[in-house]
Amino acid sequence: MPRPLTALIPRLREICGDDGVITDPHRRRTYESDGLTYHANTPGVVVLPTSTEQVAAVVRLCAEAGVPFVPRGAGTGLSAGALPDSDGVLVVTSRMRRIVEIDPADERAVVQPGVANLEVTRAAAPHGYYYAPDPSSQQVCSVGGNIAENSGGAHCLKYGFTVNHVLGLEVVTPQGEVVRIGGKAADAPGYDLLGAFVGSEGTLGIATEITVRLLRAPQKVRTLLAAFETMDAGGSAVSSIISAGVLPAAVEMMDALSIEAAEAAVACGYPPGAGAVLIVELDGPAADVDAQFEHATRLCREAGAFEVRTADEPAERARIWKGRKSAFAAVGRISPAYIVQDGVVPRTALPEVLGRIAELSADSGIRVANVFHAGDGNLHPLVLFDDAEPGASERAAEVSGKILDLCIEHGGSITGEHGVGVDKACQMPEMFSPADLETMDLFRSAFDPAGLANPDKLLPTPRLCGERPGIRKGVHPLVAEGAAEQF
Amino acid sequence: MTQEDTVANPETEALAEGGAVVREGTPGDAAAGRAPRYVARPPDTAAASALLAAAHRRGLTTVMRGHGTASDWGAPPERCDVVLETTALNGVEHAAGDLVVQVGAGTPLADLQAELAAAGQRLTLDALVPGGTVGGAVATGLSGPRRLLHGPLRDLIIGMTAIRADGVAASSGGRVVKNVAGYDLGKLHTGAFGTLGLITSVTFRLHPLPEALRTVGATAPNPETAQQWTRDVLASGTVPAAVELDWPETGPLTLRVLLEGAEGGIDARARAVADLMAGSGITEGRPAHWGVLPGEDEDTLLKVAVPISEVAEAARLLHEAAQRQHTTAAISGSAGAGVLFAALPASAHAESVDAVARSVRAAVDGSLTVARPAPALADADLDRWGEVPGLELMRSVKQRFDPHRLLAPGRFAGGI
Repeated sequence: MPRPLTALIPRLREICGDDGVITDPHRRRTYESDGLTYHANTPGVVVLPTSTEQVAAVVRLCAEAGVPFVPRGAGTGLSAGALPDSDGVLVVTSRMRRIVEIDPADERAVVQPGVANLEVTRAAAPHGYYYAPDPSSQQVCSVGGNIAENSGGAHCLKYGFTVNHVLGLEVVTPQGEVVRIGGKAADAPGYDLLGAFVGSEGTLGIATEITVRLLRAPQKVRTLLAAFETMDAGGSAVSSIISAGVLPAAVEMMDALSIEAAEAAVACGYPPGAGAVLIVELDGPAADVDAQFEHATRLCREAGAFEVRTADEPAERARIWKGRKSAFAAVGRISPAYIVQDGVVPRTALPEVLGRIAELSADSGIRVANVFHAGDGNLHPLVLFDDAEPGASERAAEVSGKILDLCIEHGGSITGEHGVGVDKACQMPEMFSPADLETMDLFRSAFDPAGLANPDKLLPTPRLCGERPGIRKGVHPLVAEGAAEQF
Repeated sequence: MTQEDTVANPETEALAEGGAVVREGTPGDAAAGRAPRYVARPPDTAAASALLAAAHRRGLTTVMRGHGTASDWGAPPERCDVVLETTALNGVEHAAGDLVVQVGAGTPLADLQAELAAAGQRLTLDALVPGGTVGGAVATGLSGPRRLLHGPLRDLIIGMTAIRADGVAASSGGRVVKNVAGYDLGKLHTGAFGTLGLITSVTFRLHPLPEALRTVGATAPNPETAQQWTRDVLASGTVPAAVELDWPETGPLTLRVLLEGAEGGIDARARAVADLMAGSGITEGRPAHWGVLPGEDEDTLLKVAVPISEVAEAARLLHEAAQRQHTTAAISGSAGAGVLFAALPASAHAESVDAVARSVRAAVDGSLTVARPAPALADADLDRWGEVPGLELMRSVKQRFDPHRLLAPGRFAGGI
């Protein structure tokens, strides 16, 4: 352990208590990665603060000593955004789990960052409300982590992402100051720091208290499952539903390989012989849902659905969702190893891109299972390989990378919901120009001039990606003006 | 560049180098009461970059303008050397199948909506100030009553290109509705009044035009009843697109609920809402003057944001505070989202405006800003912003993006 960090330990113990500081190497190793386990670093030290004051004191200490810190929620992230720094402090919010307030009259909840996403809905449910963002890890992922990643989920097609549901934040800045932005009221005066903070992947500070919007539970929810012979037919059903002006709560699609995997894992009983299944969920006022449901069913049949099942009751709906929700884990049963990719294309490019992915798969001999949020063009190709086979993981990584290239080529994004983190930082220049990235860096430095908050995440750095022409040439303009220090 | 437009001096020559049309400013070009020395109209984004770079080199301050419909909003800039007109930075690229549009900042909002409507779509934005451009709408960041269902304007923006004070153009976001790559800098520019850069192009997510519209309206006997109705309607599961409150200087408070949706379900929903509001009536479509700001163009306009359970109470406080100052308030806005606008007559003195602002700020858990002062108050010593939480961070952002304070210095919150 480098000296500056060693010197901090007694002071960290004073702040967080002995049980709130982990120095034991074996225990530290349990925090070496987030959900993306192939990036791993044992953190220099782990702290488990229980209050805003403790977080602020820890961060202040880091700032004074010039030691980097990495925030971590439940560790379910999929982009190595919470990858620890082996010379730094890992600030884990898992002990900050208090639901401060459920306020149905203002349709708000106030929570600490370690509260699990689904706990907010559970607490709001008796009042007839729920918290809309529903990432697939919602049983365990933390609201603070959702803030960092601007998490989405199956229902963000209609309800938007975390950023659309956050009204207020208490933030510990990278200097260790406590700042409150927004609150129960909308439209705080000044720049929309709230909007820019959400999704900043822990690089601008740590959210220590969060005010979110609660939504009224819908009058009615109906789910349909449509089976098609081909992905093309399923894709055209998606297009016709969206362009008919129907706005489903969710539109999910699975291909034959992922259906096979789900069938093997959970016996979800999807229609035999389906080359694609589409799950469409509609929610809202009962009369509206019924009218739109008939419309969507008709459009599926017109697009060639050979079987359409409908579900109105929670248990029936859960049966339809079972296969979809188990898909990621299920591919583990049909493949020794796999990569979960996360890319976005415009909805209209889906058929073309899916076709190209099939070609990539055929050419490389690497199987790709497609499970995705079809309504908003967010692909989650599962690239399957045998890690015992020499060269297979490299070929899989290559296929996975080429899928992202396809997304960029079609005007999409390198990440729809998993974030950039360490995993995709070096791909940012494929989507953004040097000027774009330099401007993002300016914004980051406004919050964190010393570069101590989650360094090497989100933006490409020479340390991470090697020197790239066009980025960080010569002296940074702000350094020249004396407005910032190079970091 | 034409000869008549050109003022021959080294400054205008530098400003015009990249192709911008440059002329002398007139009092009619004033931004928040400051007449500029020059007005420059770049024909494209490359020229806009060159213009800002030239102004940067010469230390000239720039204020952005679309159609100038919000030129009297905000505080007067400390200096205004150049007004940059965005009207030539126009153009619409509509990806109808993706429900996405990329628009040049100078495009008139009405033109954009007409083009989208022809394809059965819309940008769900109530134009509170009619006649403006897309860039102006984004730079002022105003949202109307339909924000209740579809979100404030900033939630509809999925990508943006803006030119920094030093002339460097930078984009963030993209052209897909779901995207978490990089910082969402579009959020910063939205509502920033051009103090962080010139917005040149914006990409929005769109909505299909609804099949059917109904408005349920009723006059409330008192603010408590209006508050109860708002609560009941929001909790009813009828999913209104807007719950709008309208309480003029004199006369009763009206609450109007807008429903959008499928033809087959809309009447049942409207009846369900009507049952919650005594004495209500149902009309088809949207009422005339939907979502426009209260009062007259030259009134002082306040913006008040509060928790939604305090909206009617905030409106009552505004009326009472205005009366105590021997003036009046016309109030309208989104009861559903908790954001109201209040117009005080142009005759109201600065002291009265300050007193109203102070007393409401002290009583509500939210914010009150003087969004647009009456012309006579443009230079008045008003506390326009009240407390601005996070101001130091905002100053730090400004310092990074515009270290020499060349973009509308002083026009924005906290004197930024």
